Amino acid sequence: MAMVALPLALLVAASGLARVRAQGEIRWAGDLQGGEPYVFRDPRDPSKLVGFEVELVRALAGKLGLGERFVQNDWSNLVPSLERGDFDLIVNGLEDTPALRGRILLSRPYFNFAEQLVVRRGSTLRSLDALRGHRVGTLASSLAHQILRGRPGIEIVLYGGQEEPYRDLELHRTDAVLLDSIIATRYGLSKPDLELADADVARGSYVIGLRKGDDDLRDAVDSALAALDAQGELHRIYARWHLPELPAPAPRADEPPPATFDLQQVALFVKGAGVTLAISLLAMALAVPLGLSLALGRMYGSGPVRLCAHGYIELFRGTPVLLQLYILYYGIAPLVHLPALAAAILGLGMNYGAYEAEVQRAALQAIPVAQSEAAAALGLSRGQALRLVLLPQALRTALPAMTNDLIALLKDSSLVSVITVVELTKQMTITAVDVRSWALPGALCAAMYFAMSYPLARLAARLEARLEAAGEEPVVAPAT
Amino acid sequence: MIVRVQGLEKAHGARQVLRGIDAQVARCETIAVVGPSGAGKSTFLRCLNGLVSFDAGSVEIAGLSLMPRTPPDAPALRPLRARVGMVFQSFHLFPHLTALQNVSLAPLHVKHEPREAAEERARALLRRVGLGDRCAARPLQLSGGQQQRVAIARALAMEPEVLLLDEPTSALDPEMRGEVLSVLRDLAGTTTMLVVTHEMWFAQNVASRIWVFDEGRLIEDGPPSEVTENPRTDRARAFFRAVK
Repeated sequence: MAMVALPLALLVAASGLARVRAQGEIRWAGDLQGGEPYVFRDPRDPSKLVGFEVELVRALAGKLGLGERFVQNDWSNLVPSLERGDFDLIVNGLEDTPALRGRILLSRPYFNFAEQLVVRRGSTLRSLDALRGHRVGTLASSLAHQILRGRPGIEIVLYGGQEEPYRDLELHRTDAVLLDSIIATRYGLSKPDLELADADVARGSYVIGLRKGDDDLRDAVDSALAALDAQGELHRIYARWHLPELPAPAPRADEPPPATFDLQQVALFVKGAGVTLAISLLAMALAVPLGLSLALGRMYGSGPVRLCAHGYIELFRGTPVLLQLYILYYGIAPLVHLPALAAAILGLGMNYGAYEAEVQRAALQAIPVAQSEAAAALGLSRGQALRLVLLPQALRTALPAMTNDLIALLKDSSLVSVITVVELTKQMTITAVDVRSWALPGALCAAMYFAMSYPLARLAARLEARLEAAGEEPVVAPAT
Repeated sequence: MIVRVQGLEKAHGARQVLRGIDAQVARCETIAVVGPSGAGKSTFLRCLNGLVSFDAGSVEIAGLSLMPRTPPDAPALRPLRARVGMVFQSFHLFPHLTALQNVSLAPLHVKHEPREAAEERARALLRRVGLGDRCAARPLQLSGGQQQRVAIARALAMEPEVLLLDEPTSALDPEMRGEVLSVLRDLAGTTTMLVVTHEMWFAQNVASRIWVFDEGRLIEDGPPSEVTENPRTDRARAFFRAVK
C-alpha cells in the first residue's frame, strides 16, 4: 500500500514550480504565424526567434534562474495544448477574458492595450453604433470578438490571421475591423487606404496562461513580472518595440458572464450545419459536370483539349485545396471580387472536379469497347453513343466512388473557415472557447456531421440498389 | 448487286489479313462465310460496315461506297450503318436497357421515328424472334440464345438492306444454337445476309452460296452442294474434311 501511495503522493505534491526547476527550463508556447512583433523568426537569421515576448520570457526566466525553450503551437489550440501538458506557459498575446479565467490560471497583466476600430479612409461609419447592420472583421475568440457579439445588429466576419481582416477591409468586403492596438498599428494603419476611427473602444490586457494547479508557478511568475515592472525592464522592452503603453483597464461592470451551452448555441450549430451542407451539395453539383467535361475532354478531345484537361486535373489534385481557396478569395481579389460563400463553393467544386474527372474516366474506361462498337454499328453518333449507351453505364459504376467523395467533401468543407465562412467546425471551435469546454460542442459537432453523412450514404446505397433492381423484370399482369 | 467488293486488302501491322478479296452479293442472297480460324472472315465482315478500316480496294454496299482508311468513328459512315445491320458473336446488348429499349433505340435516335411507332415495331420484331413476352427483361435476365435473338431483332429494327452476322452461334450452348439458327432460316430469302459461321449444317441447307476463306483469300465461291462436294482447291477440300 505504502509502495503505491508514495509515488502518488509525490505526483500530487509535485508543484509547477518544482517541475520547471527539475526541468531547468520553462517551456513556453506561441504561434509564429502571429508574427511581428510578438514572436517570430528573425528575417536576417531565421534560426533565431525575436519579438517583445521573446525578450519578456528571457527576462522572466532570468529572474527565476531558469532557461527557456519555445514550443510552436497553433494559436487557436494553445489552451488545450497547455492542459495536455505540452508546455508550462502561454505567452502569445493571450487576452484576459472571463471565459479564459474560468478555465486556466492567468498571471498579472504584462501589457495593456486598447481595442481600436479601423475603417477605410473617409468612411462615415466611424463607431460601433454607426456600424449596426454592417460587416465588421476581427479575430475569432478574441476580446474584440466578444465586444462585437455584445452589439446586436453587427455582422461579424471572423479571420484566423491578423493580415486578412485589413485586406478584406481595403477590398470593401467589410466596413471596419476591431482589433487590439498592436495589431491595428502594425497590420491595419500601415495601409494607406485605412485610418483609425476610434482609438479606444475598450481596454484589455495580455496575460500569461498557466495550467490549473500550477499556483506556485503562477505566484513566482507574478512576482517576477512585478519586479521587472518595478525595475523598468518591461518599459524598456516595450520602448524597443515601439509599443505604446496604456494604463491598466478599469474593471468592466458590464462584463458578460461566460456563455453556457444552451439552446441558442445549438441553434448556431444547426445554422453552421446548414452552411456545411449547402456548400458541400453545391460544390458537388459543380464538381460532377465539371469532372465529366474534363474526363470527356481527356478521353476524346483534340490534342490541346486533352492537354488542358490533363493539366487541370494534375494541377488541382496536386496542390492543397486550402491554397486554392486562399488564391480564389484573396489572391485574385483585385481582379475578381468573389463573396466568401461563392469562393468557398467554387474552390471546393473546382478541386473536387479534378477528382470526379478521374472517377468518371475510370468508369467510362471500364465499359467494354464492344459497347461503343455495337452503338456505332447501329448508326448512333459518338455523342449519342456517349449519352445513350456509355454514360448511363458509367454512372452506375461511378456512383459508389461519387458518394464517397461527397462524404469526404462534407468534411473537407470545414476548410472554408479560412476564408471567413462560419460552417459547422468553425462554429464548434468558437463555441468551445466561449463555454470553456470542447467536450459537448465537439460531440454535438461530430453527431451533426454523422447525421448528415450517414443519410447521404444510405441514400446512395438505395439509389445503387434501385439501379440494380432496374435489372429485374417488373411484374406485368398477363393480358386477358 | 447489293454488295460489290474489289481488291480488298488489310494488314494488322506486319501481318497481311486480307490479300485482295473480290466478291459480289445479289439482293436477298444468304452467304455463308466459312474457313479455318485466322483466315480473315471476321475482319472481312467488319470491313463491310467500316468497323475496321481497310488499306486498299473498294467496297460498295447498299448503294454507298466506302473508301480505304476511313476511321471507324467517321461521321460519314453513319448513313451506311443505318442501312447495314450487324450481329456480334457475343451479342453486345446494352445491359442498362430492356429488350424493348435495345431494339427501339436506333429507330428512335437515328431514324427519329415517333416513340409509339418505334416501340410497336420493336414489340412485333421481338414476337417474330419468339420473345414477345420478354420485352421488359434486361439482357442479364435472358439466356444466351434469347440475348442473341434480341440482338437480331435490334439489327432488323433499322430495316437494313444487308445484315452482317459474325459467328452468331459460336458463343452459345448447343441447345441454344437451334433457336437462333431457326430465326436466321426464317429470314433467309427475304433479307440479304452474310453469315460468318462454323455451322456446316446451316451453310449447306440455308445458304444460297458458300464462300471459303483461307489465309486472307477467297478461295471458293459457289452453291453449297458444289463447294462442299467438289471443292476446286486442295485447301478447301482439307477444310471440309476437317469439319465433317
